[in-house]
Amino acid sequence: MTKLHMNRRTLIASSGAVLATGVAGGLAPARAQSLAPTQSMRGGSNNYRPGAPIVERIGGGGFWMTGTVRRAGDGAPLSGQRIQIWAHTTEGHERDWHSHGATLTDANGVFRLEMPQIVPAFGQPHGHLAYDSEEFETVFLRPVMSSARDTTLEAHFVLQPA
Amino acid sequence: MTRKHLSTWGAVIFIAAIPIVIAANSPLLQWRDPVYIAGGFAGIIAMALLLFQPLLAAGRLPGLSLAVARRVHRWLGAALILSVFAHIGGLWITSPPDVVDALLFRSPTPFAIWGVIAMWALIATAILALARKRFRQNLRYWRAAHSALAIVIVSTTAAHAVMIEGAMGTMSKAALSGALCVALLVALNDLRVWKRTRPGRGITTD
Repeated sequence: MTKLHMNRRTLIASSGAVLATGVAGGLAPARAQSLAPTQSMRGGSNNYRPGAPIVERIGGGGFWMTGTVRRAGDGAPLSGQRIQIWAHTTEGHERDWHSHGATLTDANGVFRLEMPQIVPAFGQPHGHLAYDSEEFETVFLRPVMSSARDTTLEAHFVLQPA
Repeated sequence: MTRKHLSTWGAVIFIAAIPIVIAANSPLLQWRDPVYIAGGFAGIIAMALLLFQPLLAAGRLPGLSLAVARRVHRWLGAALILSVFAHIGGLWITSPPDVVDALLFRSPTPFAIWGVIAMWALIATAILALARKRFRQNLRYWRAAHSALAIVIVSTTAAHAVMIEGAMGTMSKAALSGALCVALLVALNDLRVWKRTRPGRGITTD
């Protein structure tokens, strides 16, 4: 379910890399696919509150934020990674402390956190996620729900070692 | 007031007021604090007031002399500026980083950028209105500039509103947006803004 974002910059960079290795070492079959790190989204860090606690669920629940965390390059799932989540929900604004919480990825690099229903705010029903620990580069995501009636939203991280 | 007068006023007020009534009954309001609600409604009210502007400028609202209509047009222009500032202020208090992103044209949501363009065009119009006396010898240029800004304001306001998933109802919002465009085109046509020659209808050098 992960989208591979290919733009002109990554295309030029990866073609350059292929040319360089091809010329230098001969085009050997790649042992591991090179997975590009996820870029932060515009507005992803808005109303971020550093250090939100790890919680069983945010508020009363009823809505699920899910996703995966993998390592850039080989795509290996990363377990025990802390992902912070916040949104404008039926229980509060984005800026409210009680709208924020964090969870950890499992052995397969999957995270799932129950939270109150996200409702449209500032024109779109959207959530915010952050990877903000020290081991990898910080990434802020701002996924938008395809329908305000959805009761789940997913977001995926590919992290670059810091 | 004839029956035709009443029906014209009735239609304009209906198209302007229905989106406000529908937004006031939006379920989204129960999950928003008063400042956010007030900020949103300031924007909706500004959009509704905007419908009257081209109609007043062209003297299309029956029962008002052109002189009175133009005076109301100026006051309504001032009210539009205040409403837009209240709109931005209310949203700023609710979520400062989202408004800063919009004002710096780096928002993830395109409708925010349309709204900011509309704001700047509105501010430019206010400055133009205040500087009208300087154009006394060249009112044609003043009128062309005002008309161009009006086109920007109406089109970006409509784009801003239609793309937003918020308290306004989809149908009433689309109807108001369409009415804004029609009112603007009617006024531009009435005032013959693209003609060099002085038209007969609706133009004075007041």
